[in-house]
Amino acid sequence: MSTELFFVQLINGLQYGLLLFLIASGLTLVFGVMGILNLAHGSMYMVGAYLVWYFVAVTGSFTVSAILSAVIALGLGILIERILIQRLYNRNHLDQVLLTIGMIFVFNSLQSILWGNDPYGVAVPDALSGSVPFTDNSSYPVYRIFAAFICIAIAAALYFVVSKTRLGMLIRAGESNREMVEALGVNIKSLYTIVFAIGVMLAAVSGIIAAPMRSIVPGMGESVLITCFVVVVIGGMGSIKGAFVGALLVGVISTFAAVLMPTMSNMIIYIFMILVLLVKPQGLFAK
Amino acid sequence: MNRTKSLASAVLATTLTAGMSLGAHAAGDPVKIGVMLPFSGIYAQLGEAGRDGLKLALKENAANLHGADIEFIELDTEAKPSRAPELASSLLNQHEADFIIGPVHSGVAMGMIKMLRGKDTVMIIPNAGAAAATGPLCSPNMFRTSFSSWQPSYPMGKVALEKGYKKVYAISWNYGMGRESLDAFEESFTAGGGEIVEKVLLPFPSTNFQSHVSSIADTNPDAVFTFFAGGGAIKFVKDYDAMGLRGKIPLLGSGFLTEGTLKAQGDAAEGVMTGLHYAEQLDVPKNREFREAFNTEYGHYPDIYAVQGYDAGQAIANTIDQLKGDISDKQAVISTMEKLTIDSPRGEFTFSKAHNPIQNVYLREVKDGVNVVQSIAAEALEDPARGCKL
Repeated sequence: MSTELFFVQLINGLQYGLLLFLIASGLTLVFGVMGILNLAHGSMYMVGAYLVWYFVAVTGSFTVSAILSAVIALGLGILIERILIQRLYNRNHLDQVLLTIGMIFVFNSLQSILWGNDPYGVAVPDALSGSVPFTDNSSYPVYRIFAAFICIAIAAALYFVVSKTRLGMLIRAGESNREMVEALGVNIKSLYTIVFAIGVMLAAVSGIIAAPMRSIVPGMGESVLITCFVVVVIGGMGSIKGAFVGALLVGVISTFAAVLMPTMSNMIIYIFMILVLLVKPQGLFAK
Repeated sequence: MNRTKSLASAVLATTLTAGMSLGAHAAGDPVKIGVMLPFSGIYAQLGEAGRDGLKLALKENAANLHGADIEFIELDTEAKPSRAPELASSLLNQHEADFIIGPVHSGVAMGMIKMLRGKDTVMIIPNAGAAAATGPLCSPNMFRTSFSSWQPSYPMGKVALEKGYKKVYAISWNYGMGRESLDAFEESFTAGGGEIVEKVLLPFPSTNFQSHVSSIADTNPDAVFTFFAGGGAIKFVKDYDAMGLRGKIPLLGSGFLTEGTLKAQGDAAEGVMTGLHYAEQLDVPKNREFREAFNTEYGHYPDIYAVQGYDAGQAIANTIDQLKGDISDKQAVISTMEKLTIDSPRGEFTFSKAHNPIQNVYLREVKDGVNVVQSIAAEALEDPARGCKL
C-alpha cells in the first residue's frame, strides 16, 4: 500500500469511526446513566433514516426534514421512556433485553407497513453536493467532510454538557448514586426521561446524517447495532470517552481490514474486541 | 412462530381451495399451482411481483385452458432457506400440486430442489439464478424462466473488450451469485485478452464500500465490473459517485446493479452499463402490451420479477393448451414444456437442454434515470449448464 493510499484509507476509517461514535454515544449514555441496555437503539437509527427519507420526499428540503425528524425522534424517546422503559428500572437486565428486543420487531414491522420493503436513498443536499480534489483519480465529497464535522461537534457538545453544565452534573451524580440524588430533591424521573430521549435522538440523528451516504433498507438498524455494541464494549460500557476512542479504533481497523483481507474483514473487529477484553476485561475506559 | 404461520397459511390455502372447488364446473380435477414465494421479509416485493405476473398470464390465457380450472396454493417462504424443504414437501404431498412455482432466493431454491428433484411435479423457478439449478442439480421436472447467474455477466466481458478496456477491477459479495457473476465475466474477458487486476469478494451483506472505492481509485483500472443488488447496489453506486470515480473509470455490472434501484441511486447511476435479459423500455411489441395489461390489472407498471413470473404462467398455460387440458401424463407435460417457445416481454425464448432460457442479454446504459438498451450484448445466449447430464 502506498503512503498516499494509506492516508486515504486512514481518513475513510476516521470518518466511519466518527459516525460510529455518534450512533454508539446514545447507547452508552443511556446505559451509563440509567443502567438500561437498549437493544432497540439500532431501530432508532433506522427510524431516523426512514423519517428523513420520507420528509425529503414530501418537503424537498434536507434541512427541514432533518430538524423535523430529530424532533419527532426526541418525542418518540420521551414516549417510549414514559410508557415502557420506566417500568423496568427496578428489574434485571434480562427483562430489559426482552422488552427492547420486542421493540426491534415492532419497529421493523412498522417500517414495513408504513414504508414498504423497497430500498431507498436520499440525495445529498445541493449545498453540500460538491467534492474537493483528493488524489489523482478521486475526490472527497463535501457532504462526508461535513458529516464528520457534525459528529465532532456533537461529541464536543456532549462532552461540554456532561462535564460543564448543571444537567451534566446531575447526570454524573445519577450515575454514581441515584438514591442520593433523589434524596437531595432532584426529580430523577424526569432526568431519566431526558437522558433516554437524548439517547434516542442521538441514534436518530446518526441515521439522518448517514441517510445520504447509505442505502435505506429494512434491517439497517440491526447491522449497526452489533457494531455499536462492539464499540461500546471496547470503550467500556457507559463511558462516552470510551465510545469515542472505541469508535475511532473500530472505524480505522475495519477499514484497513476491509482493504487488506476483504474476505475476513467482518471477523477482525471481533478479534480486536477479544484482545482488548483479555487485557482490560471492563473495556478501555471502564469506570 | 414459523409453525403457526405455516399452519395458518395451510389453513388459508385449504379454505381458498375448498371455496374454489365448490364453484368449479368443469369435468376432471383442477390444475393445482403451488406458489412458493416470499410475501414477507426483504424480498416481499419481488415475491408479490412474481405472483402477480403468474396470475396475469393464466388469466389472459383462460380461454386456452380447455376448461381446466386453476387453483393457486400460496405459501410464504419469507426468503428463509431453512423453511424451504418443509413448504415444498407440503405442496408436493398434502396439496398434490401439479406445478410448483418458486422461489426468489437461491438458498430457498436449494431447499426446494432437495425435495422436488426427480419428482413428477413440475417446478418452475421464476427468479433464483443459482447455477446449480440448471447445472449439476438439473432434473427433467425442473425449469427456469429467469436466468442463470452466468447469463447477465458473461456477455459483459466481451462488451468491456469492445470498449477497449484491458484492465478491470472486479468486486462483489462472497456468495453464490456474487462469485458466479464475477467468474462469468472473467471467463469471457480473459479469454479475449483482458486482465482482472484485482478481484475482491466482500462478506455478504456488508456495504462498507468506501475503502474499496478508494482502492479502486488508487489501482486506476480501465473499468470496474461488479455484482451487487438491492441496498448494496444503491450504496456501491452512490459511494462510487461520491468519491469522484463516475465519469473517470467506467462502471459495469450484472443488470441487478440498476434494477429497482435507480430512483434511490439518482444521478449517481448515470452512465452505469449493465447486462440483463430484460429492460423495462425494451422495444418489443409484447413488452408494451404486457406493461399496459399489467398496469391495468394492478395499477402499477411491472418489473423484471413480474416478467419472469408472467413467463412461468405462460409456460404452464401453453403446456395445458397443447395437451388439450389433460395434464395427467407428467412425462407428456415435461416433454411439451421443453419444446415451448415463450412469447416473453423480453423477446421470444426457448428452453435449453438443462431447462434454462436461451435468451438475449441486452447491454443497457443508465440515461436520465432509465436503463436504456444500447445493443444486444449476446443473442440467444445459452447457459453452458456445466455438470448437467440432461
